[in-house]
Amino acid sequence: MNQDVADVLIIGAGASGAAAAWSLADTRMRIVCLEQGGWPNPANYPTTGRDFEARALGEFGFNPNRRRNAGDYPINEDNSPIKIANYNGVGGGTVLYAGHFPRFHPSDFRVRSLDGVAEDWPIDYGMLAPYYAANDRMMGISGLAGDPAYPPKQPSMPPLPLGKSGARLARAFNTLGWHWWPSDSAVASTDYAGRAKCINLGHCLHGCAQGAKASTDITYWPHAIRAGVELRTQCRVREITSSDAGMATGAIYYDAAGVERFQAAEVVMLACNGIGTPRILLNSASKRFPNGLANSSGLVGKNLMFHPYAAISGTFDEELDGYAGPSNCIWSQEFYETDPTRDFVRGYTFEITRGRGPLVTALGGMAANQIPWGAGHHAAFRERFNRITGMVAICEDLPEAHNSVTLDPALKDSNGIPAPRIDYTLSANSRRMLDHAMARGVEVLKAAGAREVATHAPIEFGGWHLMGTARMGTDPARSVVNEWGRSHDVKNLFIVDGSVFVTSAGVNPTSTIQALALYVADNIKRRIANLFD
Amino acid sequence: MTQKNLIANDHPLTSGQRESLRAVARIMIPASEDYRVPGADDQLIFADVLATLTPNLTSVVSALSTLDALADGSFAEQDASTQATICERFRSSNSPLVGVLVALIAQCYYRDNRVMRSLGMEPRPPFPQGFEVEQGDWSLLDPVRARAKIYRDAP
Repeated sequence: MNQDVADVLIIGAGASGAAAAWSLADTRMRIVCLEQGGWPNPANYPTTGRDFEARALGEFGFNPNRRRNAGDYPINEDNSPIKIANYNGVGGGTVLYAGHFPRFHPSDFRVRSLDGVAEDWPIDYGMLAPYYAANDRMMGISGLAGDPAYPPKQPSMPPLPLGKSGARLARAFNTLGWHWWPSDSAVASTDYAGRAKCINLGHCLHGCAQGAKASTDITYWPHAIRAGVELRTQCRVREITSSDAGMATGAIYYDAAGVERFQAAEVVMLACNGIGTPRILLNSASKRFPNGLANSSGLVGKNLMFHPYAAISGTFDEELDGYAGPSNCIWSQEFYETDPTRDFVRGYTFEITRGRGPLVTALGGMAANQIPWGAGHHAAFRERFNRITGMVAICEDLPEAHNSVTLDPALKDSNGIPAPRIDYTLSANSRRMLDHAMARGVEVLKAAGAREVATHAPIEFGGWHLMGTARMGTDPARSVVNEWGRSHDVKNLFIVDGSVFVTSAGVNPTSTIQALALYVADNIKRRIANLFD
Repeated sequence: MTQKNLIANDHPLTSGQRESLRAVARIMIPASEDYRVPGADDQLIFADVLATLTPNLTSVVSALSTLDALADGSFAEQDASTQATICERFRSSNSPLVGVLVALIAQCYYRDNRVMRSLGMEPRPPFPQGFEVEQGDWSLLDPVRARAKIYRDAP
């Protein structure tokens, strides 16, 4: 065996790359993963310092154009009302996510059949169910069985506390007769597999210093590395190379010193999210693949989906949880499934966001002219501090070809690699769904006793979920990868991140991204004898 | 926060710019006897402001220049009443520079020990002690448990 050739080269060490690496490790193949960022250091996470709120808005902020860490690449997002949120490093987006861990629903895989829009997935809930369960065990999920919004499933740990905020909203949902349930959460409510239980630090979205929140740097990666996977950090891939025969041969990348390297591989797997993956494919154009690698359909970079978010918050007379407690709390899927009496198709999930710290209370209040400058500042601040709770509505975004990722003609990253450009418009269906969500959110907050309610949509810096830009399907003319994640055009190229999503559902995608990665990895193992046929 | 003894000549802001910034801090969040809290122009808090501004220095300087322009001269040299009037015009301008100054001053103010204590907070980082959150009454779920399934089956 040629030691310079990896059996499997995985690009990206985030949610999906980690899961795939762990799954494939039991084959004893030589697996190499290239990650453009470094290892996150929990000792540096914001909640370890007195300036925890400010740091959450700075070096641990979501937007790479503002954050500008060494592992980040710039993104031209001027033509999008929703800006990109990501984290480039081991763990990927799981380092800077809230930890919401919902599965898709059975109907989410049959959007065309049930609602006459978008496309059906080539797989269904039943096919993914065992991979959801396996992933839940690896990530460690807190929750409660019996949710009437889902087929039966069994979380690993008890639910996170309701707290004052959750209880207040739960009573209001009950008053209105609306569904609610404790959120499935990747935040550990008990000690779990080497992780310490949540101690209510708050600010989960900016890294968990306690290690209670499951990010793949502390879940999958230690297992994968122990099993022999080689993870190289600060290695940014420029392009995937291909042979005259149309097979991927490896990747050209820049190491930490900026030196150009080549890693040969028998199989290449992309796990770079819905922006990074099409960027690399489009940067991998060649004589044989002039429109970018794996792009005979012309769909690489097309159909970009976010989840447009609405934010609804209420101010109450009594103190609630404030700055304490995990961001995950309860959710409602009362308006999840399509209802023909509404003026939009598909639906959304309400996720209760608990409370705010003093700085965010002050900034939000001053921006909304609720907290003045001058003598009235202190009284107005105290009327709000620890008294605000609310929710976000995470709305299903439908695929539209004009929402796209392309290569920017001028913008480049620190290695000189062409950067992505985002073109995205909010659809009329999404706008109507956001309006519906804000109206219902106001209704439930008033039922809860809020004396002041504020709404906002879409959340500008809320592009956490990057999906659809290399979708899966059985028809090579209408999809980029087949029903088990292999490129239609390049038989040894696989994609396992959110790019392969056919539709977005109205829930956070991490659970499904990782279940799909395990599913694709399992297919590779089962088909290893004739993988390239 | 740790007080830093800044040497004037080492600082990226001129003396006049520092006076202007301190005046804005005082106008934005003044001291209050009622709540027994210092203003954002307090010596310790303002030292933190000066020590924190570097990442946004260009924007801060632009904001201070805008205040000078609104003052038709030096903002720092105006009397307190005029400064307050100018600040109100600046605040209501919807300029993104307003947000820069608000974020800078508010972040330093609300991490001051005295201010945190006045809000009932312990002056410490969240980790490693964490906080208490009550479990809540899970019997609230009873009516939801009683519902039939609300998800759709798929073909």
